[in-house]
Amino acid sequence: MIRAEGIFKQFGDQEVLKGVDFTFESGKTNLIIGRSGAGKTVLLKILVGLFPPTQGRVWFNDIDYTNLDKKGILAIRKKVGMLFQGNALFDSMTIEENIRFPMDMFTPMTSLEKQMRVDEVLERVSLSGVNLKYPSEISGGMQKRVGIARAIVLKPKYLFCDEPNSGLDPKTSITIDELISDITNEEDITTIINTHDMNSVMEIGENIILLEAGRLAWKGNKEQVLGTVNKELDAFIFASPFLKKLVEAAKNNGKNSLENL
Amino acid sequence: MKLRYLSDLGKFVLWQKEVFRKPENWGMYYKELIRQMYDIGIGSLPIVLLIAVFLGAVTVVQFYYQMEGTLIPPYYIGYIVRDMMIIELAPMVTCLVLAGNVGSTMAAEIGGMRQKEHIDAMEIMGLNTSSYLIMPKLIAAAYVVPLLVCVAAIVGIIGGYLASVPADLFTQAEYVQGLRAFFIPFNVVMMLVKSVTFAIILVSVSCFQGYFVKGGSIELGAASTRAVVYSDILILLADYFIVVLLTQ
Ligand SMILES: Nc1ncnc2c1ncn2[C@@H]1O[C@H](COP(=O)(O)OP(=O)(O)O)[C@@H](O)[C@H]1O
Ligand SMILES: [Mg+2]
Repeated sequence: MIRAEGIFKQFGDQEVLKGVDFTFESGKTNLIIGRSGAGKTVLLKILVGLFPPTQGRVWFNDIDYTNLDKKGILAIRKKVGMLFQGNALFDSMTIEENIRFPMDMFTPMTSLEKQMRVDEVLERVSLSGVNLKYPSEISGGMQKRVGIARAIVLKPKYLFCDEPNSGLDPKTSITIDELISDITNEEDITTIINTHDMNSVMEIGENIILLEAGRLAWKGNKEQVLGTVNKELDAFIFASPFLKKLVEAAKNNGKNSLENL
Repeated sequence: MKLRYLSDLGKFVLWQKEVFRKPENWGMYYKELIRQMYDIGIGSLPIVLLIAVFLGAVTVVQFYYQMEGTLIPPYYIGYIVRDMMIIELAPMVTCLVLAGNVGSTMAAEIGGMRQKEHIDAMEIMGLNTSSYLIMPKLIAAAYVVPLLVCVAAIVGIIGGYLASVPADLFTQAEYVQGLRAFFIPFNVVMMLVKSVTFAIILVSVSCFQGYFVKGGSIELGAASTRAVVYSDILILLADYFIVVLLTQ
Protein backbone atom coordinates (compact mmCIF):
# COMPACT_ATOMS: atom_id res chain seq x y z
CA MET A 1 0.00 0.00 0.00
CA ILE A 2 1.24 3.49 -0.82
CA ARG A 3 -0.44 6.55 0.58
CA ALA A 4 -0.12 10.10 -0.66
CA GLU A 5 -0.94 12.58 2.07
CA GLY A 6 -1.57 16.21 1.17
CA ILE A 7 0.97 16.35 -1.64
CA PHE A 8 1.82 19.81 -2.95
CA LYS A 9 4.49 20.53 -5.53
CA GLN A 10 5.72 23.83 -6.84
CA PHE A 11 8.30 24.51 -9.54
CA GLY A 12 9.30 28.15 -9.13
CA ASP A 13 5.96 29.89 -8.90
CA GLN A 14 4.10 27.25 -10.91
CA GLU A 15 1.92 25.13 -8.65
CA VAL A 16 1.81 21.69 -10.26
CA LEU A 17 0.18 19.63 -7.50
CA LYS A 18 -2.32 21.22 -5.17
CA GLY A 19 -2.96 18.81 -2.33
CA VAL A 20 -3.38 15.22 -3.48
CA ASP A 21 -4.58 12.64 -0.95
CA PHE A 22 -5.00 9.05 -2.00
CA THR A 23 -4.30 5.45 -1.08
CA PHE A 24 -2.90 3.12 -3.73
CA GLU A 25 -3.87 -0.42 -2.84
CA SER A 26 -1.66 -3.52 -2.90
CA GLY A 27 -2.22 -6.29 -5.39
CA LYS A 28 -4.12 -3.91 -7.64
CA THR A 29 -3.48 -1.82 -10.71
CA ASN A 30 -3.90 1.74 -9.49
CA LEU A 31 -4.36 4.29 -12.26
CA ILE A 32 -3.53 7.98 -12.27
CA ILE A 33 -5.39 9.44 -15.22
CA GLY A 34 -5.64 12.94 -16.58
CA ARG A 35 -4.78 15.12 -19.51
CA SER A 36 -1.24 15.97 -20.56
CA GLY A 37 0.19 18.48 -18.15
CA ALA A 38 -2.17 17.54 -15.33
CA GLY A 39 0.78 16.57 -13.15
CA LYS A 40 0.69 12.77 -13.45
CA THR A 41 4.41 12.33 -14.05
CA VAL A 42 5.28 14.75 -11.27
CA LEU A 43 3.01 12.87 -8.85
CA LEU A 44 4.51 9.53 -9.85
CA LYS A 45 8.05 10.85 -9.43
CA ILE A 46 7.16 12.20 -6.00
CA LEU A 47 5.69 8.84 -4.98
CA VAL A 48 8.83 7.07 -6.12
CA GLY A 49 11.08 9.68 -4.54
CA LEU A 50 12.73 11.27 -7.55
CA PHE A 51 11.36 14.69 -6.50
CA PRO A 52 10.72 15.81 -2.95
CA PRO A 53 7.21 17.21 -2.50
CA THR A 54 7.00 20.88 -1.49
CA GLN A 55 4.58 19.75 1.21
CA GLY A 56 2.99 16.46 2.22
CA ARG A 57 4.09 12.90 2.83
CA VAL A 58 4.34 9.60 1.02
CA TRP A 59 3.81 6.44 3.04
CA PHE A 60 4.99 3.00 2.00
CA ASN A 61 2.83 0.90 4.35
CA ASP A 62 3.74 2.47 7.69
CA ILE A 63 7.06 3.99 6.64
CA ASP A 64 7.21 7.72 5.97
CA TYR A 65 9.24 7.73 2.75
CA THR A 66 9.54 11.51 2.62
CA ASN A 67 11.49 11.70 5.88
CA LEU A 68 13.87 8.80 5.46
CA ASP A 69 17.64 9.00 5.50
CA LYS A 70 19.62 7.88 2.47
CA LYS A 71 19.93 4.34 3.77
CA GLY A 72 16.20 3.98 4.35
CA ILE A 73 15.48 5.38 0.90
CA LEU A 74 17.81 2.88 -0.75
CA ALA A 75 16.19 0.05 1.22
CA ILE A 76 12.75 1.00 -0.12
CA ARG A 77 14.07 1.44 -3.63
CA LYS A 78 15.31 -2.11 -3.70
CA LYS A 79 11.62 -3.08 -3.56
CA VAL A 80 10.61 -0.70 -6.34
CA GLY A 81 10.55 -1.25 -10.09
CA MET A 82 9.77 1.47 -12.59
CA LEU A 83 8.88 1.58 -16.24
CA PHE A 84 9.70 4.95 -17.74
CA GLN A 85 7.77 6.78 -20.42
CA GLY A 86 10.80 6.67 -22.72
CA ASN A 87 11.80 3.19 -21.43
CA ALA A 88 15.18 4.43 -20.17
CA LEU A 89 16.89 1.28 -21.42
CA PHE A 90 20.67 1.68 -21.35
CA ASP A 91 21.36 1.97 -25.05
CA SER A 92 25.00 0.89 -25.01
CA MET A 93 24.06 -2.42 -23.36
CA THR A 94 22.32 -5.43 -24.87
CA ILE A 95 18.83 -6.42 -23.71
CA GLU A 96 20.36 -9.12 -21.55
CA GLU A 97 22.87 -6.74 -19.97
CA ASN A 98 20.07 -4.27 -19.29
CA ILE A 99 18.06 -6.86 -17.42
CA ARG A 100 21.10 -8.23 -15.63
CA PHE A 101 22.27 -4.80 -14.46
CA PRO A 102 20.18 -4.65 -11.24
CA MET A 103 21.22 -8.22 -10.39
CA ASP A 104 24.89 -7.46 -11.05
CA MET A 105 24.69 -4.41 -8.86
CA PHE A 106 22.65 -5.61 -5.93
CA THR A 107 22.69 -9.37 -5.65
CA PRO A 108 25.35 -11.98 -4.94
CA MET A 109 23.75 -14.27 -7.55
CA THR A 110 26.04 -16.44 -9.64
CA SER A 111 26.38 -15.97 -13.36
CA LEU A 112 24.25 -19.01 -14.03
CA GLU A 113 21.48 -17.87 -11.68
CA LYS A 114 21.43 -14.47 -13.33
CA GLN A 115 21.28 -16.06 -16.75
CA MET A 116 18.34 -18.21 -15.70
CA ARG A 117 16.51 -15.25 -14.21
CA VAL A 118 17.07 -13.19 -17.37
CA ASP A 119 15.59 -15.95 -19.50
CA GLU A 120 12.74 -16.37 -17.05
CA VAL A 121 11.66 -12.70 -17.10
CA LEU A 122 12.13 -12.43 -20.85
CA GLU A 123 9.91 -15.47 -21.21
CA ARG A 124 7.37 -13.84 -18.87
CA VAL A 125 7.11 -10.81 -21.16
CA SER A 126 7.01 -13.09 -24.23
CA LEU A 127 10.35 -11.96 -25.60
CA SER A 128 12.56 -15.03 -25.48
CA GLY A 129 15.57 -14.96 -27.74
CA VAL A 130 16.27 -11.23 -28.05
CA ASN A 131 18.98 -11.41 -25.37
CA LEU A 132 21.83 -10.18 -27.51
CA LYS A 133 20.08 -7.41 -29.39
CA TYR A 134 20.48 -3.74 -28.53
CA PRO A 135 17.48 -1.60 -27.53
CA SER A 136 17.67 0.34 -30.78
CA GLU A 137 17.28 -2.88 -32.75
CA ILE A 138 13.82 -3.80 -31.43
CA SER A 139 10.38 -2.19 -31.80
CA GLY A 140 8.79 0.25 -29.36
CA GLY A 141 6.43 -2.39 -27.99
CA MET A 142 9.32 -4.79 -27.45
CA GLN A 143 11.30 -2.04 -25.70
CA LYS A 144 8.38 -1.59 -23.31
CA ARG A 145 8.44 -5.30 -22.57
CA VAL A 146 12.14 -5.20 -21.89
CA GLY A 147 11.50 -2.22 -19.60
CA ILE A 148 8.94 -4.30 -17.74
CA ALA A 149 11.31 -7.26 -17.59
CA ARG A 150 14.06 -5.09 -16.11
CA ALA A 151 11.62 -3.52 -13.64
CA ILE A 152 10.46 -6.89 -12.29
CA VAL A 153 13.74 -8.78 -12.36
CA LEU A 154 14.43 -8.24 -8.65
CA LYS A 155 10.81 -9.14 -7.74
CA PRO A 156 9.67 -5.70 -6.60
CA LYS A 157 6.74 -5.13 -4.26
CA TYR A 158 5.92 -1.85 -5.96
CA LEU A 159 5.75 -1.19 -9.69
CA PHE A 160 5.48 2.26 -11.22
CA CYS A 161 4.65 2.78 -14.89
CA ASP A 162 4.66 6.17 -16.60
CA GLU A 163 2.43 6.08 -19.67
CA PRO A 164 3.23 2.45 -20.49
CA ASN A 165 1.37 2.60 -23.79
CA SER A 166 2.24 6.02 -25.13
CA GLY A 167 3.42 5.74 -28.70
CA LEU A 168 2.06 2.22 -29.18
CA ASP A 169 -0.73 1.06 -31.46
CA PRO A 170 -4.01 0.14 -29.70
CA LYS A 171 -3.49 -3.60 -29.97
CA THR A 172 0.06 -3.54 -28.57
CA SER A 173 -1.15 -1.13 -25.87
CA ILE A 174 -3.69 -3.65 -24.69
CA THR A 175 -1.18 -6.49 -24.53
CA ILE A 176 1.16 -4.31 -22.50
CA ASP A 177 -1.70 -3.32 -20.17
CA GLU A 178 -2.69 -6.94 -19.73
CA LEU A 179 0.89 -7.96 -19.09
CA ILE A 180 1.27 -5.36 -16.34
CA SER A 181 -2.08 -6.28 -14.86
CA ASP A 182 -1.30 -10.02 -14.88
CA ILE A 183 2.10 -9.54 -13.27
CA THR A 184 0.48 -7.33 -10.63
CA ASN A 185 -2.02 -10.02 -9.72
CA GLU A 186 0.42 -12.93 -9.88
CA GLU A 187 3.05 -11.34 -7.67
CA ASP A 188 0.70 -9.30 -5.47
CA ILE A 189 2.46 -6.06 -6.39
CA THR A 190 1.25 -2.54 -5.70
CA THR A 191 1.19 -1.13 -9.21
CA ILE A 192 0.69 2.50 -10.08
CA ILE A 193 0.18 3.46 -13.70
CA ASN A 194 -0.02 6.91 -15.30
CA THR A 195 -2.13 7.03 -18.36
CA HIS A 196 -4.39 9.17 -20.49
CA ASP A 197 -5.58 6.17 -22.50
CA MET A 198 -9.29 5.37 -22.06
CA ASN A 199 -8.73 1.80 -23.21
CA SER A 200 -6.42 1.18 -20.27
CA VAL A 201 -8.89 2.76 -17.91
CA MET A 202 -11.70 0.46 -19.00
CA GLU A 203 -9.41 -2.58 -19.26
CA ILE A 204 -7.36 -2.57 -16.08
CA GLY A 205 -8.59 0.31 -13.87
CA GLU A 206 -9.10 -1.30 -10.48
CA ASN A 207 -8.51 1.84 -8.47
CA ILE A 208 -8.47 5.13 -10.33
CA ILE A 209 -7.83 8.78 -9.61
CA LEU A 210 -8.37 11.59 -12.06
CA LEU A 211 -5.94 14.49 -11.80
CA GLU A 212 -7.11 17.78 -13.19
CA ALA A 213 -4.68 20.68 -13.05
CA GLY A 214 -2.92 19.21 -10.03
CA ARG A 215 -6.06 18.45 -8.06
CA LEU A 216 -7.76 15.14 -7.41
CA ALA A 217 -10.98 15.53 -9.39
CA TRP A 218 -12.47 12.03 -9.09
CA LYS A 219 -11.75 8.60 -7.72
CA GLY A 220 -13.32 5.21 -8.27
CA ASN A 221 -12.93 2.11 -10.43
CA LYS A 222 -13.65 1.15 -14.01
CA GLU A 223 -17.19 0.02 -13.23
CA GLN A 224 -17.98 3.47 -11.89
CA VAL A 225 -16.45 5.36 -14.80
CA LEU A 226 -19.17 5.23 -17.41
CA GLY A 227 -22.08 6.04 -15.16
CA THR A 228 -20.31 9.05 -13.73
CA VAL A 229 -21.98 12.35 -13.04
CA ASN A 230 -18.63 13.97 -12.33
CA LYS A 231 -18.19 16.80 -14.84
CA GLU A 232 -14.40 16.64 -15.02
CA LEU A 233 -14.36 12.89 -15.54
CA ASP A 234 -17.07 13.20 -18.12
CA ALA A 235 -15.06 15.84 -19.96
CA PHE A 236 -11.97 13.62 -19.82
CA ILE A 237 -13.69 10.49 -21.09
CA PHE A 238 -15.66 12.19 -23.81
CA ALA A 239 -12.88 14.38 -25.10
CA SER A 240 -13.47 12.51 -28.34
CA PRO A 241 -16.80 13.63 -29.88
CA PHE A 242 -17.02 10.31 -31.68
CA LEU A 243 -17.04 8.37 -28.44
CA LYS A 244 -19.64 10.72 -27.00
CA LYS A 245 -21.94 10.09 -29.95
CA LEU A 246 -21.32 6.37 -29.76
CA VAL A 247 -22.28 6.16 -26.12
CA GLU A 248 -25.35 8.33 -26.61
CA ALA A 249 -26.39 6.11 -29.47
CA ALA A 250 -25.95 3.07 -27.29
CA LYS A 251 -28.01 4.70 -24.54
CA ASN A 252 -30.84 5.45 -26.96
CA ASN A 253 -30.42 1.84 -27.98
CA GLY A 254 -31.79 2.56 -31.41
CA LYS A 255 -30.41 1.27 -34.68
CA ASN A 256 -31.31 4.55 -36.32
CA SER A 257 -29.27 6.71 -34.08
CA LEU A 258 -26.22 4.54 -34.68
CA GLU A 259 -26.66 4.93 -38.41
CA ASN A 260 -26.78 8.69 -38.01
CA LEU A 261 -23.30 8.81 -36.57
CA MET B 1 24.39 35.89 -13.14
CA LYS B 2 27.15 36.08 -10.54
CA LEU B 3 24.71 34.51 -8.10
CA ARG B 4 24.37 31.55 -10.39
CA TYR B 5 28.10 30.87 -10.26
CA LEU B 6 27.93 31.04 -6.49
CA SER B 7 24.98 28.71 -6.19
CA ASP B 8 26.59 26.32 -8.69
CA LEU B 9 29.71 26.34 -6.55
CA GLY B 10 27.65 25.54 -3.47
CA LYS B 11 25.83 22.76 -5.29
CA PHE B 12 29.16 21.39 -6.50
CA VAL B 13 30.65 21.33 -3.02
CA LEU B 14 27.58 19.64 -1.47
CA TRP B 15 27.52 17.15 -4.33
CA GLN B 16 30.99 15.86 -3.43
CA LYS B 17 29.50 14.12 -0.41
CA GLU B 18 27.35 12.03 -2.75
CA VAL B 19 30.19 11.36 -5.17
CA PHE B 20 32.43 9.89 -2.51
CA ARG B 21 29.94 7.47 -0.98
CA LYS B 22 30.82 3.86 -0.35
CA PRO B 23 30.13 1.78 -3.48
CA GLU B 24 27.16 -0.58 -3.45
CA ASN B 25 29.18 -3.19 -5.26
CA TRP B 26 32.96 -2.94 -5.50
CA GLY B 27 33.11 -5.30 -8.46
CA MET B 28 30.86 -3.17 -10.63
CA TYR B 29 32.74 -0.01 -9.70
CA TYR B 30 36.01 -1.72 -10.47
CA LYS B 31 34.73 -2.82 -13.88
CA GLU B 32 33.68 0.75 -14.58
CA LEU B 33 37.08 2.02 -13.38
CA ILE B 34 38.92 -0.23 -15.82
CA ARG B 35 36.64 0.81 -18.67
CA GLN B 36 37.25 4.48 -17.88
CA MET B 37 41.00 4.00 -17.64
CA TYR B 38 40.98 2.39 -21.02
CA ASP B 39 38.74 5.08 -22.54
CA ILE B 40 40.74 7.98 -21.14
CA GLY B 41 44.17 6.46 -21.65
CA ILE B 42 43.97 4.62 -24.93
CA GLY B 43 41.22 6.86 -26.30
CA SER B 44 43.22 10.05 -26.07
CA LEU B 45 46.70 8.64 -26.61
CA PRO B 46 46.88 9.39 -30.37
CA ILE B 47 45.94 13.06 -30.06
CA VAL B 48 48.24 13.51 -27.05
CA LEU B 49 51.16 11.95 -28.95
CA LEU B 50 50.51 14.07 -32.00
CA ILE B 51 50.37 17.29 -30.06
CA ALA B 52 53.39 16.44 -27.90
CA VAL B 53 55.61 15.72 -30.93
CA PHE B 54 54.81 19.07 -32.48
CA LEU B 55 55.09 20.96 -29.19
CA GLY B 56 58.62 19.68 -28.73
CA ALA B 57 59.55 20.28 -32.35
CA VAL B 58 58.24 23.85 -32.42
CA THR B 59 59.84 24.70 -29.09
CA VAL B 60 63.26 23.57 -30.32
CA VAL B 61 63.04 25.35 -33.64
CA GLN B 62 61.85 28.58 -32.08
CA PHE B 63 64.52 28.60 -29.40
CA TYR B 64 67.14 27.87 -31.99
CA TYR B 65 65.86 30.87 -33.95
CA GLN B 66 65.91 33.13 -30.88
CA MET B 67 69.37 32.04 -29.79
CA GLU B 68 71.06 31.96 -33.14
CA GLY B 69 73.99 34.33 -33.17
CA THR B 70 74.00 34.77 -29.39
CA LEU B 71 76.69 33.48 -27.09
CA ILE B 72 74.41 30.92 -25.47
CA PRO B 73 75.79 27.46 -26.15
CA PRO B 74 73.55 25.30 -28.39
CA TYR B 75 73.26 22.50 -25.84
CA TYR B 76 71.11 24.84 -23.74
CA ILE B 77 68.30 24.11 -26.14
CA GLY B 78 68.07 20.50 -24.94
CA TYR B 79 67.88 21.75 -21.37
CA ILE B 80 65.22 24.33 -22.18
CA VAL B 81 63.02 21.90 -24.08
CA ARG B 82 63.24 19.28 -21.36
CA ASP B 83 62.23 21.62 -18.57
CA MET B 84 59.56 23.43 -20.58
CA MET B 85 57.97 20.12 -21.47
CA ILE B 86 58.15 18.79 -17.92
CA ILE B 87 57.19 21.86 -15.98
CA GLU B 88 54.63 23.47 -18.20
CA LEU B 89 53.87 22.30 -21.70
CA ALA B 90 53.21 18.61 -21.16
CA PRO B 91 50.82 18.90 -18.20
CA MET B 92 49.14 22.09 -19.34
CA VAL B 93 48.60 21.39 -23.01
CA THR B 94 47.76 17.72 -22.49
CA CYS B 95 45.10 18.62 -19.95
CA LEU B 96 43.65 21.43 -22.04
CA VAL B 97 43.36 18.96 -24.89
CA LEU B 98 41.87 16.33 -22.59
CA ALA B 99 39.31 18.87 -21.36
CA GLY B 100 38.19 19.33 -24.95
CA ASN B 101 38.26 15.64 -25.68
CA VAL B 102 37.54 13.60 -22.55
CA GLY B 103 35.75 16.38 -20.66
CA SER B 104 33.21 17.19 -23.33
CA THR B 105 32.57 13.49 -23.94
CA MET B 106 31.93 12.88 -20.25
CA ALA B 107 29.57 15.86 -20.02
CA ALA B 108 27.66 14.70 -23.09
CA GLU B 109 27.52 11.08 -21.95
CA ILE B 110 26.27 11.84 -18.44
CA GLY B 111 23.99 14.63 -19.66
CA GLY B 112 22.48 12.25 -22.22
CA MET B 113 21.87 9.71 -19.46
CA ARG B 114 20.14 12.40 -17.42
CA GLN B 115 17.92 13.43 -20.31
CA LYS B 116 17.02 9.89 -21.34
CA GLU B 117 16.10 9.16 -17.69
CA HIS B 118 18.85 6.54 -17.40
CA ILE B 119 20.01 8.26 -14.22
CA ASP B 120 16.48 8.19 -12.80
CA ALA B 121 16.20 4.52 -13.72
CA MET B 122 19.44 3.73 -11.86
CA GLU B 123 18.35 5.81 -8.87
CA ILE B 124 15.08 3.87 -8.69
CA MET B 125 17.02 0.63 -8.65
CA GLY B 126 18.62 1.98 -5.48
CA LEU B 127 21.95 2.99 -6.96
CA ASN B 128 23.78 6.14 -5.89
CA THR B 129 24.38 7.49 -9.40
CA SER B 130 26.52 10.45 -8.33
CA SER B 131 28.98 7.97 -7.03
CA TYR B 132 28.69 5.22 -9.66
CA LEU B 133 28.91 7.58 -12.63
CA ILE B 134 31.58 9.96 -11.33
CA MET B 135 33.90 8.29 -8.81
CA PRO B 136 35.36 5.71 -11.24
CA LYS B 137 35.99 8.48 -13.78
CA LEU B 138 37.77 10.63 -11.19
CA ILE B 139 39.99 7.83 -9.99
CA ALA B 140 40.71 6.63 -13.50
CA ALA B 141 41.72 10.11 -14.60
CA ALA B 142 43.84 10.72 -11.52
CA TYR B 143 45.84 7.60 -12.43
CA VAL B 144 45.89 7.75 -16.19
CA VAL B 145 46.32 11.46 -16.88
CA PRO B 146 49.72 11.69 -15.12
CA LEU B 147 50.86 8.73 -17.23
CA LEU B 148 49.68 10.47 -20.38
CA VAL B 149 51.50 13.60 -19.30
CA CYS B 150 54.73 11.65 -18.74
CA VAL B 151 54.39 10.14 -22.18
CA ALA B 152 53.72 13.60 -23.61
CA ALA B 153 56.86 15.00 -21.99
CA ILE B 154 59.04 12.21 -23.35
CA VAL B 155 57.50 12.34 -26.80
CA GLY B 156 57.88 16.13 -26.81
CA ILE B 157 61.58 15.77 -26.13
CA ILE B 158 61.81 13.23 -28.95
CA GLY B 159 59.92 15.67 -31.17
CA GLY B 160 62.50 18.30 -30.36
CA TYR B 161 65.24 15.90 -31.37
CA LEU B 162 63.55 15.02 -34.66
CA ALA B 163 63.14 18.66 -35.61
CA SER B 164 66.71 19.67 -34.89
CA VAL B 165 69.39 17.00 -35.17
CA PRO B 166 68.43 15.61 -38.62
CA ALA B 167 68.13 19.22 -39.81
CA ASP B 168 71.65 19.92 -38.55
CA LEU B 169 70.64 22.73 -36.20
CA PHE B 170 73.11 21.19 -33.74
CA THR B 171 74.52 17.75 -33.02
CA GLN B 172 72.94 14.86 -31.23
CA ALA B 173 75.66 15.05 -28.59
CA GLU B 174 74.80 18.66 -27.87
CA TYR B 175 71.06 17.90 -27.53
CA VAL B 176 71.72 14.99 -25.19
CA GLN B 177 74.16 17.03 -23.17
CA GLY B 178 71.42 19.63 -22.72
CA LEU B 179 68.88 17.02 -21.71
CA ARG B 180 71.22 15.84 -18.98
CA ALA B 181 72.18 19.28 -17.71
CA PHE B 182 70.85 21.00 -14.57
CA PHE B 183 68.25 18.34 -13.88
CA ILE B 184 66.08 19.06 -10.84
CA PRO B 185 63.97 16.02 -9.84
CA PHE B 186 61.49 18.30 -8.08
CA ASN B 187 60.31 19.52 -11.47
CA VAL B 188 58.94 16.06 -12.13
CA VAL B 189 57.05 16.24 -8.85
CA MET B 190 55.61 19.55 -10.00
CA MET B 191 54.54 17.94 -13.27
CA LEU B 192 52.77 15.14 -11.42
CA VAL B 193 51.07 17.51 -8.99
CA LYS B 194 49.82 19.53 -11.93
CA SER B 195 48.61 16.49 -13.85
CA VAL B 196 46.62 15.06 -10.96
CA THR B 197 45.11 18.44 -10.12
CA PHE B 198 44.15 19.17 -13.72
CA ALA B 199 42.72 15.69 -14.15
CA ILE B 200 40.50 16.09 -11.11
CA ILE B 201 39.40 19.53 -12.28
CA LEU B 202 38.48 18.47 -15.78
CA VAL B 203 36.60 15.33 -14.73
CA SER B 204 34.65 16.84 -11.87
CA VAL B 205 33.75 20.02 -13.75
CA SER B 206 32.64 18.07 -16.82
CA CYS B 207 30.65 15.49 -14.88
CA PHE B 208 28.97 18.24 -12.87
CA GLN B 209 27.87 19.97 -16.06
CA GLY B 210 26.49 16.73 -17.45
CA TYR B 211 24.87 15.43 -14.29
CA PHE B 212 22.76 18.50 -13.64
CA VAL B 213 21.80 19.23 -17.25
CA LYS B 214 18.18 20.10 -17.94
CA GLY B 215 16.13 20.46 -21.10
CA GLY B 216 17.02 19.03 -24.48
CA SER B 217 19.78 18.70 -27.03
CA ILE B 218 20.58 22.44 -27.14
CA GLU B 219 21.15 22.48 -23.38
CA LEU B 220 23.21 19.31 -23.70
CA GLY B 221 25.45 21.01 -26.27
CA ALA B 222 25.73 24.07 -24.04
CA ALA B 223 26.64 21.91 -21.05
CA SER B 224 29.31 20.16 -23.06
CA THR B 225 30.77 23.51 -24.12
CA ARG B 226 30.63 24.83 -20.56
CA ALA B 227 32.45 21.70 -19.42
CA VAL B 228 35.37 22.53 -21.71
CA VAL B 229 35.42 26.28 -21.08
CA TYR B 230 35.15 26.06 -17.28
CA SER B 231 37.69 23.24 -17.13
CA ASP B 232 40.13 25.25 -19.24
CA ILE B 233 39.75 28.37 -17.12
CA LEU B 234 40.11 26.47 -13.86
CA ILE B 235 43.11 24.55 -15.19
CA LEU B 236 44.84 27.81 -16.12
CA LEU B 237 44.10 29.28 -12.70
CA ALA B 238 45.25 26.15 -10.92
CA ASP B 239 48.42 26.10 -13.01
CA TYR B 240 49.28 29.58 -11.84
CA PHE B 241 48.64 28.82 -8.18
CA ILE B 242 50.57 25.56 -8.26
CA VAL B 243 53.57 27.25 -9.82
CA VAL B 244 53.47 30.08 -7.31
CA LEU B 245 53.11 27.71 -4.37
CA LEU B 246 55.68 25.14 -5.47
CA THR B 247 58.40 27.52 -6.60
CA GLN B 248 58.46 29.63 -3.44
N1 LIG C 1 11.29 19.25 -13.54
C1 LIG C 1 10.34 20.17 -13.76
N2 LIG C 1 10.62 21.47 -13.58
C2 LIG C 1 9.66 22.42 -13.78
N3 LIG C 1 8.40 22.16 -14.17
C3 LIG C 1 8.05 20.87 -14.36
C4 LIG C 1 8.99 19.81 -14.17
N4 LIG C 1 8.37 18.65 -14.43
C5 LIG C 1 7.10 18.96 -14.78
N5 LIG C 1 6.89 20.30 -14.74
C6 LIG C 1 5.63 20.98 -15.02
O1 LIG C 1 4.60 20.32 -14.34
C7 LIG C 1 3.43 20.26 -15.10
C8 LIG C 1 2.89 18.84 -15.11
O2 LIG C 1 3.78 18.01 -15.82
P1 LIG C 1 3.64 16.44 -15.91
O3 LIG C 1 3.49 15.87 -14.56
O4 LIG C 1 4.77 15.97 -16.73
O5 LIG C 1 2.30 16.25 -16.73
P2 LIG C 1 1.66 14.89 -17.24
O6 LIG C 1 0.36 14.79 -16.51
O7 LIG C 1 1.45 15.07 -18.70
O8 LIG C 1 2.60 13.80 -16.93
C9 LIG C 1 3.78 20.75 -16.49
O9 LIG C 1 3.20 22.02 -16.66
C10 LIG C 1 5.27 20.86 -16.48
O10 LIG C 1 5.67 22.01 -17.17
MG1 LIG D 1 3.72 12.51 -18.19
